[in-house]
Amino acid sequence: MGFLEYAPAPESAAILNLKAEYGLFIDGEFVDGHGEVFDTISPATEKVIARIAQADGKDVDRAVAAARRSYEKVWSRMSGSDRGKYLFRIARLVQERSRELAVAEALDNGKPIRETRDVDVPLVAAWFFYYAGWADKLEHAGLGPNPRALGVAAQVIPWNFPLLMLAWKIAPALAAGNTVVIKPAETTSLTAMLFAEILQQAELPAGVVNIVTGPGSTGQALVTHDDVNKVAFTGSTGVGRMIARSVAGTSKKLTLELGGKAANIVFDDAPMDQAIEGIVNGIFFNQGHVCCAGSRLLVQENVHDEVIDRLKQRLSTLRMGDPLDKNTDIGAINSAAQLERIRTLSDVGEEEGAERWTADCVIPDKGFWFAPTIFTQVSPAHRIAREEIFGPVLSVITFRTAAEAIAKANNTPYGLSAGIWTEKGSRMLALADQLRAGVIWANTFNRFDPSSPFGGYKESGYGREGGRHGLAAYLASNGWEASGSSSASRPVTKASKTTKKAVAK
Amino acid sequence: MTLDHPVALAPADRAVQLLGGDLTEKALRLHLDGLSGVDAVGLEQRAAGLSTRSIKTSSKAWALDTIIRTCDLTSLEGADTPGTIRSLVAKAVTPDATDPETPRVAAVCVYGDMVPYAVEALGSLHAAGGESGIQVAAVATAFPSGRASLAIKLADTREAVAAGADEIDMVIDRGAFLAGSFAVVFDQIVAVKEACRRTDGTYAHLKVILETGELQTYDNVKRASWLAILAGADFIKTSTGKVSPAATLPVTLLMLEVIRDWHRLTGEKIGMKPAGGIRASKDAVRYLVTVAETVGEEWLTPQLWRFGASSLLNDVLLQRQKLRTGHYSGPDYVTVN
Repeated sequence: MGFLEYAPAPESAAILNLKAEYGLFIDGEFVDGHGEVFDTISPATEKVIARIAQADGKDVDRAVAAARRSYEKVWSRMSGSDRGKYLFRIARLVQERSRELAVAEALDNGKPIRETRDVDVPLVAAWFFYYAGWADKLEHAGLGPNPRALGVAAQVIPWNFPLLMLAWKIAPALAAGNTVVIKPAETTSLTAMLFAEILQQAELPAGVVNIVTGPGSTGQALVTHDDVNKVAFTGSTGVGRMIARSVAGTSKKLTLELGGKAANIVFDDAPMDQAIEGIVNGIFFNQGHVCCAGSRLLVQENVHDEVIDRLKQRLSTLRMGDPLDKNTDIGAINSAAQLERIRTLSDVGEEEGAERWTADCVIPDKGFWFAPTIFTQVSPAHRIAREEIFGPVLSVITFRTAAEAIAKANNTPYGLSAGIWTEKGSRMLALADQLRAGVIWANTFNRFDPSSPFGGYKESGYGREGGRHGLAAYLASNGWEASGSSSASRPVTKASKTTKKAVAK
Repeated sequence: MTLDHPVALAPADRAVQLLGGDLTEKALRLHLDGLSGVDAVGLEQRAAGLSTRSIKTSSKAWALDTIIRTCDLTSLEGADTPGTIRSLVAKAVTPDATDPETPRVAAVCVYGDMVPYAVEALGSLHAAGGESGIQVAAVATAFPSGRASLAIKLADTREAVAAGADEIDMVIDRGAFLAGSFAVVFDQIVAVKEACRRTDGTYAHLKVILETGELQTYDNVKRASWLAILAGADFIKTSTGKVSPAATLPVTLLMLEVIRDWHRLTGEKIGMKPAGGIRASKDAVRYLVTVAETVGEEWLTPQLWRFGASSLLNDVLLQRQKLRTGHYSGPDYVTVN
């Protein structure tokens, strides 16, 4: 055995103290759901980890009612600095229980422990710390004096970063003074349940955060509920459209974080070794299950062969396998359905004439796996250059001039992110100006920070999360008046009065 | 701008092959300036990523033995005496008296005037360039500053080789490099390489120390690595150990990337030696991971990889004892030299 076949270094799942079954988290308590209980499995082994309750319409009613109650009685009356204390407390508890959360996330999602430990969980804590600091400074959020909370926020999050997306949603909502009903993705509810335990530990007032688990229908019941004031969704563009339709004509405020087909643009003067790392990190991070993944590599024609050659060499050092092994780079695909989608689109790529190369990985017998794959000879007309694959599949397209790179990069219905690799600062800035994408990384990729706003152009959604901008999604400026007389708008007005009173004190 | 007469360089084989027969400073400069840049943030991130590898059980045992086998056990003190060098050699021969299975180090690294004592102390265990035994490496060329005339640098080198040094660790002229006089740096390496020639026509191995801590930027480290390789270096080495920062993981990674690129280009394998500042086994293992995942694990032999260290060895021995016996001992259970 060679040195490179590092001896197994598994993180022990014994650190977890999981229950066999998890209920819904409503009004500060775990309660049974009215829907049929379902299994959550480890995508690496297909073994059942725990059973999860399913919320139906009645459960959603209960959760929204609890959120409304605590909004009116507790959370909207509390001072910003006191709300901040709770958020700081949650952040610290996340740090204290970080190892446990990292293991649970790797187990339930299939992503490697290296990523949950070094990226997901530290960012979760960072998000809560960041927005905890905002809670008593909302008048500096750029919305004028005394901006008001919206009320009850209905939030639906995806399975690719289960706990991190939960933090992205809950932290700004709570800092701004809203209460929350959140629905985790069906395949990845586990860490949300551990997070509920953390909320109990933090003694967060009951009903401020409610977690309802279940399939798409649960989410639908939540976002269409009459008594929510705000809908926030991260997920596919298809579902985002449905939500936008269902919210249309109501006074609900909506933010959508949808799909992407980001261009990662490599110029011939790029810092080559770091660009290769950036390409790898851009598309193979989190098995490519990243809405802002750099799934289209736009490479300048004169360095195409060199880049591909180096990339293949680098990919052959990636280690696929047990997500709990600390040396695993590529974990399991989250679900059988997603694996099927990746396979189908990859086959289409081959049929349409692109050249397929797959890293030589040993595929485990059980679980859902897809080895890192590169398609060369891809034309912008190919489906693999247009549709979001949401897997470890890279489509390589060439360009000759900066103008061509911009045209090709922008030629997508999406516009979430883009990457630029060049040593020339002026080119970086000029391109950043012309790329129609919400996040642009220069000489790096897939870096996240709570102080930096994140969001898309076009079909990648609207609204921003993160930073000061992320607060705007959960606040209304004082000049804002609810139109119409829907049930949703009234409590907001009431809340604003209490907020004013609190400030006057 | 004036049109200068081209400065001809010494005709080092590798440079002639890559840059053409009409070897001038301009050709060298064009090549070095044409190298792709190094993004510091990205490089350091990659090094940090490699540092997270978790090396356990059998892999750890192999790694610890490899660190010992590729160690240049070093003593470069003004206060060195024949006695301290004999003691150093004894430690090199028997790193851990409690375990005869412990591998021996690759070389002892000493000042030029101490070479005869090292050679004498090694006796039949002196590898003298061969595959088995322990090599004697000498620092030369007015180490560590390199501030002396070329004549003195060459005399320094020749004397060490004549006294039996198998390897010469030379320093580049950092002043000349930073001033842009690539020809000076290049020609000196070529000349020192020639001074490594023994009377029988063989050469002592040449390790070229870049003193990366003084080169300031990663771009400079990359250029200097290429320059040293083109001029004929058998090994490129980070530091003298007398300047801080000495070896760092990002710098070593960068130099390994140059070595990898040279290998892709020519098929030739250049050696690498980080030196100075590596004291803990844990850190040393990270270097091994970086080698294995950058140039490949075939580099992890004394012919292509060395650690320049003095205190590292005992930490590795403690870890090795822990792995063997299951419990930690303490600094009094390994020998000082």
